Amino acid sequence: MRMLSICGGLFLTLIASLGELAMLAGETFSSIGRGRIRVGLTLRQIAEIGFGSQLVVVVTGAFTGAVFTAQAYFQFASLNMETAVGPVVTLSMFRELGPALTGLMVAGRVGAAMSAEIGTMKVTQQIDALRALAVNPVDYLVVPRTLAMLISMPLLVVECVGLGVLASYYVGVEVLNITGVYFLANMQKFTEGSDILMSLIKGFVFGGLIVFISCREGLRAKDGAVGVGRATTASVVTSSLALLIVNFFLTMALNILFPAGQR
Amino acid sequence: MNEPLIQVRDLVQRIGGQEILRGLSIDLFPGETLVLLGKSGGGKSVFLRHLIGLMRPISGSIIVEGQEITGLTERELEPVRRKVGMLFQDGALFDSMSVFDNVAFPLRERGERDPSAVAEKVARALAMVNMTGHAHKMPVNLSGGMRKRVALARAIISPPDVILYDEPTAGLDPIVSDSINKLIRSLQRQLRITSLVVTHDMISCNQIADRIALLNEGRIHFLGSVGELRDSRDPVVRDFVDGRSGETVY
Repeated sequence: MRMLSICGGLFLTLIASLGELAMLAGETFSSIGRGRIRVGLTLRQIAEIGFGSQLVVVVTGAFTGAVFTAQAYFQFASLNMETAVGPVVTLSMFRELGPALTGLMVAGRVGAAMSAEIGTMKVTQQIDALRALAVNPVDYLVVPRTLAMLISMPLLVVECVGLGVLASYYVGVEVLNITGVYFLANMQKFTEGSDILMSLIKGFVFGGLIVFISCREGLRAKDGAVGVGRATTASVVTSSLALLIVNFFLTMALNILFPAGQR
Repeated sequence: MNEPLIQVRDLVQRIGGQEILRGLSIDLFPGETLVLLGKSGGGKSVFLRHLIGLMRPISGSIIVEGQEITGLTERELEPVRRKVGMLFQDGALFDSMSVFDNVAFPLRERGERDPSAVAEKVARALAMVNMTGHAHKMPVNLSGGMRKRVALARAIISPPDVILYDEPTAGLDPIVSDSINKLIRSLQRQLRITSLVVTHDMISCNQIADRIALLNEGRIHFLGSVGELRDSRDPVVRDFVDGRSGETVY
């Protein structure tokens, strides 16, 4: 009975959280639809999210491509399938690793910063001051971050994938002596526009998840510095878990639209 | 007397299972400075937050310039909030902006794009609160009193009809408190701004109040002039005015 009550409580919390997220997203898109867009703040957020994430995205993309190439080579070499390394790495980077890893890195770096900043504003009454000055906090804080994230994330994903593929080529051809022509030819043969589109769609969806979860956690922060810390942790954990769960369902759905292995 | 600018009737609020406001009713008239006294934690700030819709009551009515605001949405409250400014206890300055940008914020949000007009109005507002020369500073580099002055400049730059002051002298030394009190008085005289000041500072109360209300156990226990408060024989009023806790020292 106690177990049932705990499970029921968790389920209700989940439903309430999803409802709050949906309401925040609805209010944000409604504000965007009404043209309540602050261009300066949006550009500043694009710089913060896009430019500020360069180091993590570059390192993540390049080293994931490099290590994946090495692992794939070690397995495929015993089957004399070394030239398949290029398409395997490229497809994996586009369809899965690029968007998921970029999302996780951005959730850790940008999502945490968003929650901490908005949470600090909440506990120091700065958000109440915004409201008291007749400025809607969603318009002022959430809309610019949402637009910036939805613009930046797909670009960061492409950058991550591009660097992963470059690193893969370098490690495969220059370090592991795979024939460059075959590597490139197979990569081109098996990679299609739909793979790139899938990558961009995932980047867009993950960006939305991160920004709404992070802003919601920040806006709900209470109890001073401890509360801000709690909101920041919750933002990173929730964003990362949501991203991994949504990734599975998104992959299944997108695979219906863009089936793999139909070449 | 004129029609009240703000009319509050039977306001009830409960926080964490405790009834903070128990049917509070009061009127605020144009041009007056009403001081709301009460114990710490007695619901004074909670009451103030209701007047601009930062909190919603469980029941009761709040009418601001003829408009019932308790059922309004955040967006519908925006015009009301342009008429009623608020000075928060710690100033609530935006810590990512300089003093200049904090004070200019309401102007820019209301569509003022001309930089020279913004600069001129900000300079005037900072001069009114004796903060000329501090425009480039960040809030973190200001003292408590200076932060409150800047917050006041931000509240008056687009002069509202009413300003709500939440403990304007709390945590300040007597000299800075005195200067804040004089500032509140001079703003009321110069700009004819109606003021509601929440405090438990009796000195402040004597300096600025036209009328005084005492909040006790979630209701207005006393409402009258400074003289009437001083002469009152009501035990609750006397305890507050004389600073008696009623507790025994062992």
